[in-house]
Amino acid sequence: MHALSVLQGDLNQPAHYLTVGPVQISLGNLAVIIIMIILFILAITLPFPKGKDRS
Amino acid sequence: MTNATDIERRPWAGANREYDIVKEFVIAMVVVTALTLGLAFAFGSPDDKNLTLQSWAAASPGDLVATAAQELAGTSGVAGYGPPYNNTPDVSQSIGPINLQELAGVRIPIDTATDFVIRPLEQMPANAATTDAINAWKGATPDQQAKWAGDYADAIDAADGDYTKVAAGDYGPVPVLTGSLLAAAEGGALDGVLLTQGRVYSTDYTLPLLFLADGTYLEDQARAQHLGGDQWGMTNETGSYPGQSWLWLYTFWYQIEPFASSDNADAWVWGLMMVLTVGLMLLPFIPGLRSIPRWIPVHRLIWRDYYKTHAVVKR
Amino acid sequence: MTADLDATPASPADPPPGTHAAESSSTWTGGLLNRWQRTLPPEKLLPDKQPEYVASWIYVFGVATLAALLVIVASGLILTLRGPAWWHQSDPGHYVNSVHLWSVELFFMFMVVHLWGKFWMAAWRGRRAMTWITGVVCFLASVGTAFTGYVIQTNFDAQWIATQAKDGLNSVGIGAWFNVLDVGQMLLFHVAMLPLVLGAIVIWHVLLVRRHGVVPPIDVALYEEETS
Repeated sequence: MHALSVLQGDLNQPAHYLTVGPVQISLGNLAVIIIMIILFILAITLPFPKGKDRS
Repeated sequence: MTNATDIERRPWAGANREYDIVKEFVIAMVVVTALTLGLAFAFGSPDDKNLTLQSWAAASPGDLVATAAQELAGTSGVAGYGPPYNNTPDVSQSIGPINLQELAGVRIPIDTATDFVIRPLEQMPANAATTDAINAWKGATPDQQAKWAGDYADAIDAADGDYTKVAAGDYGPVPVLTGSLLAAAEGGALDGVLLTQGRVYSTDYTLPLLFLADGTYLEDQARAQHLGGDQWGMTNETGSYPGQSWLWLYTFWYQIEPFASSDNADAWVWGLMMVLTVGLMLLPFIPGLRSIPRWIPVHRLIWRDYYKTHAVVKR
Repeated sequence: MTADLDATPASPADPPPGTHAAESSSTWTGGLLNRWQRTLPPEKLLPDKQPEYVASWIYVFGVATLAALLVIVASGLILTLRGPAWWHQSDPGHYVNSVHLWSVELFFMFMVVHLWGKFWMAAWRGRRAMTWITGVVCFLASVGTAFTGYVIQTNFDAQWIATQAKDGLNSVGIGAWFNVLDVGQMLLFHVAMLPLVLGAIVIWHVLLVRRHGVVPPIDVALYEEETS
């Protein structure tokens, strides 16, 4: 199936598209954008290690 | 009274923490390099083979012949384009009264009949029939040329693109010219001749690409992969690869009215994107927009440790 | 901050204590040297401490973007070794092209997350407007550079992108000089002109960050005593 072939690394299959109103987005691009949003949310919420004082 | 702006402007006078900028950079390089090498290994990259005039001739000979007829008739996309290719009146795009396309002028001059059909045929070994056809074409008036080629293009259209089933009519030398061009494309010679135009070295693909784009073959292949302008194609890639999602806003406008059906869509979208881009650049100076980070306090999350461990200073 | 040992305040024209004072600041070189030492002394270029509030993972996206850019340049340089058609014909060449593509995807991903972070932090405060502006220009220059890369792939995608993009550029007159169908011109823009331009703006942007320091938290005045 297409999903399996993508997970196996074969991206030379025709893309699938998500259509919402005037927006059509490929699953590849959607994945990139979702990953970016996740990275942003994690970046601002995950605790950052306490550093040594250098006052 | 202490002004927040003063503290923001001056070198930081508060507490510091240890920081290793060199180590941070090295870690970033290692992680990003490893990530890239891994993604490249797992997913590779797309490489759909380029179309050639030869592959066009094999896949859609009727489309190539019809396109050649339109180039001769002066009714093709390039022929009716205006600057930078030619001076066709009333076809260029403008933003209100401003017409930058005309202002730039004809800097890549193309005479479609000569550049796409006649000269390539002259630069290739020709049989007697083709030579006669070229001479007949050159000896005719522009009006006669336009009529022959225009009628032939219409007749191909009426025959559903099958140039072999065209109705009888007076098309002058056009069927021989376009037929010879097709034969040259089928044999592979036209790709080279249109690119090099008689010289040896050329890295300028303007003529072969414009000729290809004047037909429907290139666009058909592109639309099949969702690369068309009204398919958000600008953001897409061949296959299932992620494409150029950063172009989302640029292509968005083409999907909605009034741009979708406007003849000036390209110019208007460029103008709009220029304005928005300058707006983004000058955001620090735009009241309201520059205050959004204060109104929606995402920063309280980012600097939560600082806010928590510091008390409000009594003045 | 280390206190000056000298009680009298240094004049703005003098180099900071501990740095080399130019023999004569009436020479162009001396003037430049003094100015450099004033605005970007070594401890600003290579700091080993930073303000306590720089403590969030959002801060790694700037250097991550920079790292991705360096991978782009490195993979691009390898592609130049065997010319623009190499990657179609060779498996190692195709792999290097893949590295180039994915480093570009990561570059834009990290850059945009970096942009989001800087927006929500209103990082232009405290005379840092130029840092913001150069950042936006970096983004634009990157989009343009990436575009020239796409049209020199010498494959179907390149053919389609070029024949489409010409319409946008022609409609505003740019296409008359910047001919995206001219692969030679696009190749030179992509590997020479635009990397130099982008590189210069990136360096400017990073030096501005080093010079002004990381922007303090919003409402910092409520929490810090101002030093005179």
